[in-house]
Amino acid sequence: MKKEKKQNELIYFAFRNVKLIIGLAIILFFLVLAVIGPMLTDNDPFDFVNPLGAQPPSSEYWFGTTFFGQDVFSQFVHGLRATFIVGLFGGGLGTLIGILIGFVAGYRGGIVDEILNVLTNIVLVIPTLAVLLIIAAYLEVRSIFTELIFIGFTAWPWTARAIRAQTFSLRTREFVDLAKLSGMKPLRIIFTEIAPNMMSYLLLVFILQFGGAILIAATLDFIGLGPTNAISLGLMMQFSVIWGAMQLGTWWWFIPPGLAITAIVGALYIMNVGLDEVFNPKLREM
Amino acid sequence: MKRYFGRKLLIYLLTFFLAVTIDWMIPRFMPGDPVSNMLTRTSVNSNAYEVMYDYYSHVFGLDVPVWQQYLNFWASLFRGDLGISTYLFPTPVTEVLLRAVPYDIALLVPAILVGWYAGNKFGAFAARSKWLDNTISPLGYILTATPYMWLGILLAWFLGIVVGIFPIAGAYSFSLAPSFSWKFIGSVLHHWFLPFVSLLLVEFGGWAIGMRNLIIYELEADYSKYLQSLGATNKLIRNYAFNNAVLPQITGLALKLGVIVAGALVTEVVFSYPGIGYLLLQAIQNQDYFLIQGCFLFIIIGVLLANFIIDILYIIVDPRTRRGMMGEAS
Repeated sequence: MKKEKKQNELIYFAFRNVKLIIGLAIILFFLVLAVIGPMLTDNDPFDFVNPLGAQPPSSEYWFGTTFFGQDVFSQFVHGLRATFIVGLFGGGLGTLIGILIGFVAGYRGGIVDEILNVLTNIVLVIPTLAVLLIIAAYLEVRSIFTELIFIGFTAWPWTARAIRAQTFSLRTREFVDLAKLSGMKPLRIIFTEIAPNMMSYLLLVFILQFGGAILIAATLDFIGLGPTNAISLGLMMQFSVIWGAMQLGTWWWFIPPGLAITAIVGALYIMNVGLDEVFNPKLREM
Repeated sequence: MKRYFGRKLLIYLLTFFLAVTIDWMIPRFMPGDPVSNMLTRTSVNSNAYEVMYDYYSHVFGLDVPVWQQYLNFWASLFRGDLGISTYLFPTPVTEVLLRAVPYDIALLVPAILVGWYAGNKFGAFAARSKWLDNTISPLGYILTATPYMWLGILLAWFLGIVVGIFPIAGAYSFSLAPSFSWKFIGSVLHHWFLPFVSLLLVEFGGWAIGMRNLIIYELEADYSKYLQSLGATNKLIRNYAFNNAVLPQITGLALKLGVIVAGALVTEVVFSYPGIGYLLLQAIQNQDYFLIQGCFLFIIIGVLLANFIIDILYIIVDPRTRRGMMGEAS
């Protein structure tokens, strides 16, 4: 009864939170575009469909065409798909690894914690991009899948650190002691006693990882180490710069991909603050 | 404090060791063989292939046992020898990189410092002040969500091409030779401005948002409420809140360094600014592996040094570290 009431309260505040609603609306808009967009066009992102080369947006090519006569709209919606895939799964993987390491380090303590802490600190100081760079540079064929694996495996440290600190403060509470006394296994205590108490926190972490993964992927793509067999928003920006879109003034080539990334990541951040306000009564503006 | 420092130093040394090992390992254990790759690209005939292969294996030191290659790698590293760039043959990689580093420092240091300072100040103003919060915060969210290269592209396109008041390529005018004249220095500043501003703006957004949120937490903390009930002025309470909120922002700077450096790399690519980022793009496009490895090492060393400086700063700013109470947080 009490739990239900609390849930109702959260839903009530969630629907009243402008930040959350705006953020969610933007994300859903782009998500829908990424899902149905590729069905709206027959042009392959890499096909040279327009013999006239770079042409501004028109009724035939909604977002115009590139220097080579490729359909920008087709590249955009396919790239959007790649962005969501990398964000969801790369960010998801980063969150998962961070959570696992954080839980184990925080709950176990002692030598396990020390070792994991050193590991976390090392990965934390190494600039992620530099490592991704050197690995990606030596891989001849790269796909969106390899990209998201790399990103997931390097983006976890700050999450692990934050979760460890939270676990640390939870594991001395009475209900955890009680669970221990009743003979529960550590793993079960973590997942049935500790994790539910930071569900809201885990959600916030995932949202930040989501946005972070999108930005890292865009950076990698832009520097020439993106997928070799697919299109992405970062690759679109790279091609546009390499082929002089700025000098030629073909703005329709580089505005959409950057705008989409900014909108998606910005919406995620705003959603994050909105959710924080929903979960934390102290932050609600009255 | 000694313990705190010792731990930090240990982490940095381990990190450096690991980074060098990765740098050595990846080219050797990745699928594909760099030497045969190189030979296929130059398409030598089959008789010469074996001779050439042996020759290059010897030149690159690949014909000795693996453990010895590893030791040799460290030895040459300490001599400052990172190999010869194939793209800028026959310049040594170290020399190529040392030429690029000043441009990176010129971009990064001012952008980081100014962005951090201004962002924190504005963020603190914005917290709990209706109209500032409604202007700075949305702007901050948009800026911090903007991919570095896109902001660079927009600025370069708009101010460089459409309005035409800023150059968009190089570090100084191609018609000038480096010299200590006003004209040359003016040209350098003119070329430096746009990449600097585009880095700065993204930084500013992130810090402003972070500070705003931290201050709100601090103002809701018990000590703020207590001060308020004692009748302290708003200004005093805000000062305490700021001092407390600045500490996580310093730690945040250390955590974000990698991202900022990545941002500088892509910004340089947009503006063809001759720092390490621009070199890296050239190295990748020309498959100059020694140069890629060199860039990797330089970036790591730079970030480690910066982290170390931030650690020292933290000790100066936070009195608790000096009294040895920070064992847990390291």
